[in-house]
Order: sequence, then C-alpha cells, then structure tokens
Amino acid sequence: MAIVVGADGLNELIQLLRADGRTVIGPRIRDGVISPEEIEHGDELPRGWTEEQHGGHYRLVPTGTDEVFASATPARPWKRFLQPERTLLLRARRGSDGAISIDAEPPEQPRLAFFGIRSCDLASLGILDRVLLDPNATDPTYAARRADVFIVAAACNTPANTCFCASMDTGPTPRAGYDLSIRELPGDEAIEYLIDAGSEQGEDALAQLTSRPSEQRHTDRATEMHAGAVAAMGRELRSEDPPAAAAQPDHPRWDDVAERCLACGNCTMSCPTCFCSTTEDHTDLSATETERWRVWDSCFTLDFTHLHGGSVRTSTKSRYRQWLLHKLVTWHDQFDTSGCVGCGRCITWCPVGIDLTAEVAAMAARQEDP
Amino acid sequence: MKSISDLLADHPFFAGLPVETIELLAGCGENVRFAADERILTENDPADRFWVLRTGRVALEVDDPPRGPLVIETIGPGELLGVSWLLPPYRWTYDARAVEVTRAVALDAACLRDKCDDDPILGYEMYKRFAGLVRDRLHATRLQLMDLYGNDAS
Amino acid sequence: MTRPDLSATAAPAPMTPSRYRVRWRRQDLDDTVTLALEPIDAPLPSPESGQFNMLWAFGIGEAPISLAGTDGDVLIHTIRRVGGVTNALGAAQPGDEIGVRGPFGTGWNLDRAIGRDVVVMAGGLGLAPVRPIITDLVARREEFGRASLLIGARTPEDLLYRDEIEEWRSHLDLDVEVTVDSAPATWRGDVGVVTRLVGRAPIDPANTTAFVCGPEVMMRFGATSLIDRGVPADEVFVSLERNMHCAVGHCGHCQLDALFVCRDGAVLAWPTVEPLLKVRER
Repeated sequence: MAIVVGADGLNELIQLLRADGRTVIGPRIRDGVISPEEIEHGDELPRGWTEEQHGGHYRLVPTGTDEVFASATPARPWKRFLQPERTLLLRARRGSDGAISIDAEPPEQPRLAFFGIRSCDLASLGILDRVLLDPNATDPTYAARRADVFIVAAACNTPANTCFCASMDTGPTPRAGYDLSIRELPGDEAIEYLIDAGSEQGEDALAQLTSRPSEQRHTDRATEMHAGAVAAMGRELRSEDPPAAAAQPDHPRWDDVAERCLACGNCTMSCPTCFCSTTEDHTDLSATETERWRVWDSCFTLDFTHLHGGSVRTSTKSRYRQWLLHKLVTWHDQFDTSGCVGCGRCITWCPVGIDLTAEVAAMAARQEDP
Repeated sequence: MKSISDLLADHPFFAGLPVETIELLAGCGENVRFAADERILTENDPADRFWVLRTGRVALEVDDPPRGPLVIETIGPGELLGVSWLLPPYRWTYDARAVEVTRAVALDAACLRDKCDDDPILGYEMYKRFAGLVRDRLHATRLQLMDLYGNDAS
Repeated sequence: MTRPDLSATAAPAPMTPSRYRVRWRRQDLDDTVTLALEPIDAPLPSPESGQFNMLWAFGIGEAPISLAGTDGDVLIHTIRRVGGVTNALGAAQPGDEIGVRGPFGTGWNLDRAIGRDVVVMAGGLGLAPVRPIITDLVARREEFGRASLLIGARTPEDLLYRDEIEEWRSHLDLDVEVTVDSAPATWRGDVGVVTRLVGRAPIDPANTTAFVCGPEVMMRFGATSLIDRGVPADEVFVSLERNMHCAVGHCGHCQLDALFVCRDGAVLAWPTVEPLLKVRER
C-alpha cells in the first residue's frame, strides 16, 4: 500500500515516531556536512541542500529548491547508532581481599528510528547483521538496538559523483528491509512524497498519517527519478575487478597506492560496514575499579596486528591490501556478500582521494595486458 | 654486447670448464634484470632456475611474522643464487629479493638437470662446485650463529 | 525482513569473563609460568586440546592463552611474560582471581589420528599447546600407531616441562627426541634445529598425522620437512598466533585472508595455511 504526503507529512511522521518513545535519527546539517543526528522536527532536515562529493572533497551546495533528499551519502555512517564508537562492556571491582565482582548488566538501550536512511546504508545494516548477529557470537548492544529500530528509508534522486550503489546492486532506491520508504517527487508544483510500507509496523504508521492515495502519475514519476539516478551514478565497481586484484598480491599497483595512502583510517571510520573494534581496560589509580570498553578500531593502525616482537602488517601496503581485499573479496567467503555497498564515503573522505573502484580496475587491466 | 657464453665464461663459478661445456650451459640461459626490491623467489615455490649474478645484490630472507623478513645472507656479483634446484623436492627453501638493481644470467633448472643426466662428467663438475658453495655457506652460517660480536643476547 | 530474527542468539554476553582463582603456580623458566585455575563461578565448558581461553588480568587486559592441560574443572595454562597482560598474569599467586572467557577456536582433534602414527613437533613455548595431545595420547596409547615427540628449545635451560618430558621418555612405546639450538659442552644431548629430528622419527610417513606448534618459521619449515619425508600435507596441522581482542570473530584483529584465526583456527591444516602465509605482509 502506498500513500502520498506533502512536505508537512515528513514532520508528521517524525512526531509520530517520537510519540512512540523513539529517538529519531535523521540527516541534519552540522559542522558543514549533512550527518545523521538526533532530530526533533522536520524543519531540521536539510531542505534545499545537496553535496558536491568527489575524491577527498565534500562541500554543501544549495539546490535552490525545497527538496529535502537532494543530497546523497551523509558524512557519517548510521552504524554508530547500532554499534557505537564506544560501548561499555562491563564494570568490575576488586576488593581488598582480591575478590572480583563483575557488573555486566547491559544498560537500557534507546528505542531508535532511522529517518531518511538511503538505500546503500540500509543495505549496510543487512551486512552488519550477518557479522554481529551470528548465532555463535552475537553483539548484545547491536542486537538490542537493531531489534527495535524503526526504519524510514529514502530513495536517492541525485547521486553524488562518488556513488556507485547501482553497480553494487544496493540502490539507488530501497527495495527491502525497511518499515517505510519515502520517494521524493520534485515537480512543477509542490513537492510530493510517495511513501510505501515494507512491514506491518510500517502499515500501521502509514494509516496514521494525513495522506492521499497514490496515483499512477506518482509511480511514474518515481520510476523516472530512479532511472535518472541510475544514469547519473558517478562511477562503478566491475565485479570482475576485485578477484583480479586478489589474485595479484604483488601487483605494483599496491606499492603505488601505498605511496599515496596515509593510513589515516578515515575510510574505515566512514565506511558503513567496517566493524573492527578493540577492547580497552580503564582502571582507577588504586586498581580497585575498572571498566572494559569496546572501541572502534581500524585495520590501518600499526598495532592492529601487534604480537610480542612487532606487528604482522607493518607496511601501509600490507594494511591497505588487507582492507581492500577484505572489503571486496574475502567478505564474500566470510559472510556470503560483498562488504561494500557503493556509498563512496571512502573516496570522499580519503584526504588524498583514493578510489577503490579505480585501484581494482587498474589491477584487473594489467591481467588483460599481453 | 657479450653473449651468454661470454658472461658465463667470465664468471668465477664456472672457471676451469671447457668451452664446449660453457656453450652447453649457455643453451639453458638468458639475461635477466631485477628492479630494486623485486621478489625473485618465494619459499616453497618450485625451484625451476638459478641465477649467476653479474651486478647488484640479492638478499636471502625468511619471513618471521611479526618481526618481518630476516635477512640470512646477501649474495653479490660473482656469486650464485639458488641451490635447491639441484636436489629433490626442487622447492625453494627461502625467499630472495633484489636489494638493488641486479643483473644476472638465469639458467633453466630442468634444462640443466637433463644435461647433467645425459653427461655425468658435466653433472660431476656442477655438483663439485655446488658442494663447495654449500660447504662455504654452511660454515659462514655457523659462524653467524655463534653471535661472536655480542656480549649477552639482549 | 526489517527485523532480524534474534531468537537463536547465544544467551550469555560473549565478552563477560567468568571468575577463576589460582590454585597453584609453578615457575617454569625465568619468563614462563604455569597457572592452575579453579572456577569460582559456574565452570566454563572444558576446552579441547588446541583451544584457547582469553585470560583477564584485572584492570589490565586479556590475552589469548592456549590450554596446556585440565584437571577436572581446573584449567592449566602456561604463560610467557612478554607484555603488560602476560606480565600481570605471570605474577599471579595462589588465591589471586583471574577472569576467563572461552573456550575458543579449533582443536587439534587427536581422534583424527586414531589408527595412525603420530608425530608431535614442538618448538619453545609451542610445547604448551601440544601438551594436552601428549597426555591424551599417553592415556589411550593403544588407539594409535607409533608415536614420536620431537621437542626443540633454544638452550637446555629453556626446555619446558622438563620433568614431564623425562616421564614421557620413560614410556617404552613413545619415541621422545629433544634437541636444542645451542648448548655448552656439558649438554650431552642433541644440538640442532628441531626439524632435523624428522628424519629420525620411527614412523610410516604415509600413515602419519603430525601436529606442529612453535614460532611460525619453525612451523613452516617443520611442516615442509614432514611433507618432504612423505607425510600427506593434509595430515599436518599447525597452530597460528595472531592479535586477538574479542576471540569471537567481531574485532577483526586476527584476520588472515578470509579466516578469523580465533574462530576458524588457531589449529589449521597445512594446505589451508600455506598459501596464506606466502603472502608476505611487510
């Protein structure tokens, strides 16, 4: 079932979710970027803004229209609300007699709603589910938050130059895994929003909104917007390229990219599927109280692979190769899917603009040379 | 531009071999060049050739994670790279990497083994020379093991 | 499906340690200590030989330590003091409390060698993770063919479990060879790398299963020397060491190609490991 609402309908939906006791996370402008943050009203959405993104470059640019979803990939990933940057795993005390007591009671988790999550980021949740909800080892924080998050997805009409979700088959229009999905339909008159439900909870929410039924012209317009978005993709990842890169661990291109890569880890921090973490024990000076925290980590750090005597991967080359081949190749062996959703964040947020699609294409090209 | 035969004839390892033998060996050879840091051979890969070094330097290494590659020995002009091609199972024992630009004559192992099978005198000459090379390296390795310069290990 | 089905998830949080107490402590070498840990809370499942636990030094951190043995619910771990965590664990005294999570990883699975000859090759601290194979083998000796233990250490003073090695040697149906890399003249035993002992082992190589443990270089050369002697490559097993934080395949630190060493290893068959170790990570 699909309905159509006007711009006010977006705020009505946000208030509905808030009334349900949920913290609504949606795109908001802060610090010169569009980023998913807590929002309380539809006015906080980035109406009239889009971004200019390419390798190592991000700028907010006004559209001159009232479109709310004219941008593409927000600066930060949504995963931080499900797998936070820092999570307290346990507290423990040690008495004067040396007896340890552990408090691992999980804290109350917030009930969340993701408002305006794009198709690529939505696909990333499905990928993280396979990692963190494995029945043999489940991440309790991720599981608790994920179980109850209400998802309002949004289709992309104007992909960024760095987007390649079409070639990853993860966008630009959400297909499944949402409660509601919004398609913004700009036109000569007031912008309309076509919303369809993907779950029972979504149907319930739809029924409570002030709306009108969708007509053929809405569906047609949505199809047109989708086709336009697909045609406007900034780049592509060819499926034969990553295996070619994996088959050539000594290809000179790895040395080439290692010259450029700063091992800064921005790509891993902005990637919506990177999940690596580390544990830290924080103890008071008397060594009687301690907290164990799980903190985001990056395979680009020098001591990521540290053993006594040194790290296994010391060179930038080996660390870059590990990241790229994991993301694009061995993720398939581990989780039956690519680790990449084509969001392009790693390209935008790389200070030197390294483009993984170009890197693997370069290595595949060499295989074709006589 | 010297021929392979000339290059081999100049090389100390083949000193004393008759001209016909040098020509025979040259039939298994070709000129090669390695860039600085280029990997020449990898532990456990098939030992299908060996190299007569003309210029440059090659490091014999063992990869010891997490400490990284340990250089056991370096080999230079006038020396040979590759011994494992002589004996079954014909697999490399270590890694080898050109430290700087290195020029060598590469000799095809299977070709040479066949020739040695056909001509036992040639085989005998090759084995005599390689036995001496291996003895020298073993002796050098033992001296290295003694860690003569150190006080205590740490 | 929007909401993932969580009905099949594991019940206890995988990152919460169980409390154990040091029952006894033995100083093996200058930097190596063996601890026997008895449970305070409900005991964890007994590890299989080859598996490891994450041992937690209160306030400092955790380290993955292979099982060296069990005694009922008591866990025996041998720890080399090389960093902050292992230093603290190595300093623990009887009565001290230590956190334990586990067991994790793949086991040696000695049963796969039933009816076959067995070689156990251990270098240095690698003798600890294979000790449970040896004690198990000795306990049900008749299930296996010929058995050969090949043990290497840096010097005679660095040999681990010396009393136990002598006890194993006293078994008439066990071949125990010990060698050191260097020794003073007062040492009357073998001097040389442990891989040289392979030629001496009284086994039928084609019908042998080998378990190899020690520094990675030693395992690589040990595996190839066994295979050169005729042991099938897929009957050679090694145990890898990697940086681990979670031990459940979530933190990512232990990845080697598509493997999570904490979950798909640490015990791995040689044909699986060999091509991966060949990619030199410098």
